[in-house]
Amino acid sequence: MDPKIAVQNVFFTYGDGTEALRNVSLDIAPFQIFVLFGPARAGKTTLLRLFNRLSDLIENTTVQGQVLVSGRDVFERSTDVIDLRRRIGMVFAVPTPLPGTIRENLTYGLRMAGVRSRDELERRVERSLTQAALWDEAKDRLSRPASALSGGQKQRLCIARSLALEPEVLILDNPTSGLDPLSTAMVEESLHDLKQRYTIIMVPHSVQQAARVATRAAFMLDGEIVEVGDADQIFGQPLVKQTEDYVTGRFG
Amino acid sequence: MKRQQTQKLAIAVITGAAALVVIPIVLVILYIVVQGIGALSWEFLTARPRNGMTEGGIMPAILGTLILTLGTAIVCLPLAIGAAIYLAEYAKDNRLTRWVRLAIVNLAGIPSIVYGLFGLGAFVLFLQFGTSILAGSLTLGIMTLPVVISTAEEAILSVPQEFRLVSQSLGATRWQTIRHQVLPHAMPGIITGIILGLSRAAGETAPILFTVAAFYLPSLPSSVSDQTMALPYHLYVITTQVPGMPLSVQYGTALVLLLLVLSLTLVATVIRTRMRRRRDW
Amino acid sequence: MANLTEFARERYAQAALRARPASIWLRRGWSETLIELLIRLSGLSTIAIVGLIFLFLVREGLPTFLDIPLRQLFSGRWYPIEGLYGLWPLLVGSLVVTAGAIIIAVPLGLTTAIYLGEIAPPWQREILKPLVEVLAGIPSIVLGFLGWVTLAPIIQGLGAPTGLTALTGSLILAYMALPAIISISEDALYAVPKEYRDGALAIGATQWQTIWRVVLPAARSGLAMAVMLGIGRAIGETMAVMMVTGNAAFVPDLGLDMPLSPVRTMTATIAAEMGEVAQGSLHYSVLFGIGIVLFVVTFTINLIAGRLVGSVVRRRGGQL
Repeated sequence: MDPKIAVQNVFFTYGDGTEALRNVSLDIAPFQIFVLFGPARAGKTTLLRLFNRLSDLIENTTVQGQVLVSGRDVFERSTDVIDLRRRIGMVFAVPTPLPGTIRENLTYGLRMAGVRSRDELERRVERSLTQAALWDEAKDRLSRPASALSGGQKQRLCIARSLALEPEVLILDNPTSGLDPLSTAMVEESLHDLKQRYTIIMVPHSVQQAARVATRAAFMLDGEIVEVGDADQIFGQPLVKQTEDYVTGRFG
Repeated sequence: MKRQQTQKLAIAVITGAAALVVIPIVLVILYIVVQGIGALSWEFLTARPRNGMTEGGIMPAILGTLILTLGTAIVCLPLAIGAAIYLAEYAKDNRLTRWVRLAIVNLAGIPSIVYGLFGLGAFVLFLQFGTSILAGSLTLGIMTLPVVISTAEEAILSVPQEFRLVSQSLGATRWQTIRHQVLPHAMPGIITGIILGLSRAAGETAPILFTVAAFYLPSLPSSVSDQTMALPYHLYVITTQVPGMPLSVQYGTALVLLLLVLSLTLVATVIRTRMRRRRDW
Repeated sequence: MANLTEFARERYAQAALRARPASIWLRRGWSETLIELLIRLSGLSTIAIVGLIFLFLVREGLPTFLDIPLRQLFSGRWYPIEGLYGLWPLLVGSLVVTAGAIIIAVPLGLTTAIYLGEIAPPWQREILKPLVEVLAGIPSIVLGFLGWVTLAPIIQGLGAPTGLTALTGSLILAYMALPAIISISEDALYAVPKEYRDGALAIGATQWQTIWRVVLPAARSGLAMAVMLGIGRAIGETMAVMMVTGNAAFVPDLGLDMPLSPVRTMTATIAAEMGEVAQGSLHYSVLFGIGIVLFVVTFTINLIAGRLVGSVVRRRGGQL
């Protein structure tokens, strides 16, 4: 199977000269949960934001190499960035509902894409909420402010909001960082269902979480990929010493 | 021991100085209110001046100031809000942007009388608008730009970055993000800036001296190419240019102008404090 | 396999969504491009406006510097009726009134800022800060009027031949410059990190020692900016000054009673005489020439203040 996302020899530098990514190469196959883990400032978030070119929002950065999504380089001139972002959903570490009702949050991307049909919008609201395991809790309060939801519900709303655009890829950047264990478990559970339909790339909250959810995993350190492999291998018999140290908690 | 005495003395001096600033403000306002309130009447607000302006009312001046304020808004707002959005959302950190910022700082520093000269040279004479509401509004509008730009930019920048990230990650374009996420949240701050700017413009005299203000007009303006009377200029005229003017009329005019301007400032301040309290994201 | 058919249907819906971007394209295509162009243009227009202001001042005022010998321009006689255009009395007038205003306003403004920022309890701040904004909101003509009817008689009582003097102007101007000085100094004080204060207090300094030795030095560039902008405000003020300074266009004698002599500022000269000159005459040009001088002076002051702003802004993370 062709990789859904292929990263080839990518270097990325911020305006202040920080080299955030150094010669990163990765293949991410479709319909799996690919976990990017490593210590803080390893370049995980930077890498994630290249996939949907959210990195464009930061000034004076330089990027080398290729990031192929479905075989096409996202940094090509002809790439439609807006379309790219619709195809790649993203959920951030802090649950960030947009001000407004739950329904408005869910339909925001669609409305911005020009979808006007109320039936279509309602259909997508229901399905995305169902997929994110929030439908039962939220169906009676779609017209209530999203800010009234609990932390875990907010994050599932954010997942549903991305799913409403029916993307091909779902990126989750440490989505359970602020959640309690129960909410975390609910989010993780919904991920298992979602990987049937989407390619999921996730930065986990912890090594334990990585081991629980990953199909494949990559360990990052100082802007480089140290090791990539199937989850069983990475968390069971890592080949590289640094990976082993980190996975077993002897890091640093 | 000595340190404690210095400390006490210093605090006393500082408190005293603050009182020296604040008390006159209160006194000035109270004084004008007390002296001017007697002149206020329905006639004073709605009638035209009579008998060499010593009797009757000041309606044409009030109306003129309202018209000029509206004109200022029409000239200033599109440009100021556009410039604020440019600075907050589009401008890159480069030399051009620094020039724009420098230009705005300098616009804010140019004396109002120099704006008056510019309005005379550019609008009254070069563009041949004559001494007119059009020329006066353009002059006041340009003078008001920097205040509105700075407050509006501040309001736009105070919208959390996450909203922009989320909106664009959902495939909204930059303008859609600004239109649907940024501007609605920045709006109270922008409105505050607009009202503050307009209240300044309403009280200005120097920029309208040569561009629109009339000493006395027998009739109300009927188009934007007419002159108009205006409250600040009227106060100047009846204080220094008309001998034998009753003090009560002068105080009354000052009070009306003060109330007009301060009520605008008050509205702006209230919006701002409420906005600060309510910020719950 | 039910999953797979549903999956196929979703892919189809997705394709349908993407096959519909005509309206999307349209919106991004021209109306959005147009809006973004207008936004950029309005940003850049600010530069153009400053340029235009200078251009029109020069257009009307250039003869001042071409037709009048420099020696006469700097002479002490401003007598337009006899063709004498010495700017010296006006420069001195502006200088004296502004200097007086700054001498009064800077200590008052700084101490008020210190009071508001370091000493006043929150409830007082809630009242006092809006009050200072109210002062900023009082039109200059109203303050000029009050100066004329109330302050001038008091000054006359001090022994001046007339109440309309440089001192009267300075007092009024000081209160007009105060709001700017107070709010900018307060920002500068606010920008001083709390750790500095805690550190000083922790080693046993009194509150006053902390303010004097730690907070004020740390805030100095912001305070300098406050003073610069206060000067800019004062130099450019017109109406109030015109009403209360007596408008006597001669150089006052140096001496203790200099504040009690009437003076005339550059701004007041323009305001008072523009109404009576023939357009295109030399007198008319000279009034624009004074405008050029004012423009250049305030521009320079703001340039210097702008340098200071840079350092203040950096310290406050980009926001002033």
